[in-house]
Amino acid sequence: MQHTLIALVENKPGVLNRVASLFRRRNFNIESLNVGRTERDEISRMTIVMNSEETNARKVEVNLYKLVNVIDVQDVTNQPAVLRDLALIKVKAVPEQRAEIANLASIFRARIVDVAPDSVIVEITGTEDKIESLLELLRPIGILEMVRTGQVAMMRGAGTGVRHAPGANGYHPEIELQTGI
Amino acid sequence: MKKTGAEILWECMVREGVKVVFGYPGGANMPIYDAMLNYPVHHVLVRHEQSAAHMADGYARASGLVGVAMATSGPGATNLVTGIATAMLDSSPIVCVTGQVSSHLIGGDAFQETDVTGITLPITKHNYLVTRPDEIAQVTREAFYIARSGRPGPVLIDICKDAQIAQCEFEYEESISLPGYHPPLHAPKADMEQAAALIARSERPVILAGHGVLMSGAVEELGIFATKTQTPIASTLLGLGSFPASHPLSLGMMGMHGEAYCNLAIQNADLLLAFGMRFDDRVTGNLRNYAPRARKIHVEIDPSEVHKNVHVDIPLVGDLKTVLRDLIPLVDECDHGEWLSQITTWRSESEERDILAWPDDGKLYVAHVLRDLWKTTQGDSIVTTDVGQHQMWAAQYYYMEHPYRLITSGGSGTMGFGLPSAIGAWFAHPEQEIWTVVGDGGFQMTQAELSTAVQEGANIKIALMNNNFLGMVRQWQEFFFEKRYSAVELHNPDFVKIADAHGIPAMRAVAPDEVLPAIDFARRTPGPVLLEFRVEQEEAVYPMVPTGADLDAMIRRPIRRQPVT
Repeated sequence: MQHTLIALVENKPGVLNRVASLFRRRNFNIESLNVGRTERDEISRMTIVMNSEETNARKVEVNLYKLVNVIDVQDVTNQPAVLRDLALIKVKAVPEQRAEIANLASIFRARIVDVAPDSVIVEITGTEDKIESLLELLRPIGILEMVRTGQVAMMRGAGTGVRHAPGANGYHPEIELQTGI
Repeated sequence: MKKTGAEILWECMVREGVKVVFGYPGGANMPIYDAMLNYPVHHVLVRHEQSAAHMADGYARASGLVGVAMATSGPGATNLVTGIATAMLDSSPIVCVTGQVSSHLIGGDAFQETDVTGITLPITKHNYLVTRPDEIAQVTREAFYIARSGRPGPVLIDICKDAQIAQCEFEYEESISLPGYHPPLHAPKADMEQAAALIARSERPVILAGHGVLMSGAVEELGIFATKTQTPIASTLLGLGSFPASHPLSLGMMGMHGEAYCNLAIQNADLLLAFGMRFDDRVTGNLRNYAPRARKIHVEIDPSEVHKNVHVDIPLVGDLKTVLRDLIPLVDECDHGEWLSQITTWRSESEERDILAWPDDGKLYVAHVLRDLWKTTQGDSIVTTDVGQHQMWAAQYYYMEHPYRLITSGGSGTMGFGLPSAIGAWFAHPEQEIWTVVGDGGFQMTQAELSTAVQEGANIKIALMNNNFLGMVRQWQEFFFEKRYSAVELHNPDFVKIADAHGIPAMRAVAPDEVLPAIDFARRTPGPVLLEFRVEQEEAVYPMVPTGADLDAMIRRPIRRQPVT
């Protein structure tokens, strides 16, 4: 089963390296890692997808908190969250195949964003499952190239994800924090 | 007021209470060394940067303050690496300041450029690359705070040479903002109550006291808790001294070379109270059969240590001192008379096997030396050790009565740690008696620091256990590799002459009756003194839990009552 974690980190040089280095050192296997800006300049957001059979989500969470630059970690697996992945798929397409591809694309609410004499690029956004389904249908036609952003995730409404180790970084309501000096 | 980056560094370090730094100058940190002359800081010139980190570490462990090591870029910084990793594995608070090439040269493979923040990333609690002078004040403040708070550890600041030279406005800012760093203090009340209920129900409890007891300053609370609940205390190597060895509730050291009765108590316990320790493989043995009948309560400040090696029933994540203060009122006075008398039975069996119970066979064993040292110093000395057999014997036979007196490389097992950490400890407590117990292998790794000891007039006494072997590896080869000795014999120099060349008074002892006079000589003679003890070559450390075996499956010392001929 896949696990999806959201990590808020300080937007500082080298933070991605710290996270990647941690995963390597602790032998955590991740399937995708997406990093991007947020509504606040000083904070970046990571979406980490991993196979939970190999890597325990709590273990990843508490180890992320060992990094001084990691502010918050939430597990949004099985939570009311919007999960999205974007893929660009270059498909082999002689002119007479274009209609079939366009047809498939429209069923999946994907778009054709480039047309060349013998190929087209399909852009699709959605859950991993949806993208996998389209890929399955396009494969017999001939996929030349594919790139995916990796999953990004956001909780619906005011909900938050699960924090496996409350208090690990001071988010437990009962716990008094050691702040200041 | 405008100051250079180098001046700002010293302004901040002096405000952090830094009085002594251990280091080595070079091209990329010369502005820092130049500015240092104007500040009330004593610099100790080491002979190798690894020792600078070990000295800072020894200073930190003896004083409870943050130790500081300095090095230049490239090889200077990479030489620190072993010392930083040692501090990391033992959660010792040190700050390392390294020079880096000028910021415009970074990435260009300039002379003595190395990616030091990259190299030290996994072996520091946090690190910084500083490219501008206006970052230095904030970074230094953060570095010291991070190093000493929460679970302490090493922090490295890599400062570009141009940032050391350039000037900027200096205003000291007391407060810092680290949005992702909030070490927990208290554990949740509901969990505490559950823990108290488990403690009340327990009939055979054992406390596992780790380095965390010392790091959080919880020695007093540990004593109150243990005596109130009549719970015996087993200690990790680094936890030794957190509870007086002579106290009836003390079980001494646990683990691979722990006391047999201590390991038996753990394996037969119905409740383990792990206080500031991390269930290292050297203390658990086979995890699948570790304390199989015991419920486990784990008080630990680092949540990543909880459930890491051993799944526990109640984790109490917080500062140990604070958690114990909260917990003590919740627990009732207990009486575990039956359990304690069972342990006493195991203990007397162990004493029978002790080498000190052997009749004198004229041979000199390390245990004899340590017994005499312990008796003469009344268990009151600071003892630093190197790594290997002598380290385990020091843990077994130098019974620690007081906290912060045993300084040893536990998690990392770094050979070469003994001598430099003793010099560091001397700067923390120059008024105290300080012995470093070393083996002939590890001693030679940082032997060059004899010059540093002389240059600084460090009043340290070196007890060198010379068996012309890498003893612990030899022991493993004897036990597990059919005595096929591979690369363990040492052809050593004349250590007394080596000491003599440094102007260090030295003596050699080869028989049991020569030990006390040698120790007396060392204690009478001011300044550094070296004693070489020519000890039995093929003696083994007992008991021993072989790697991967159950904790109570120990190789025991054979009982011997008659003199050996």
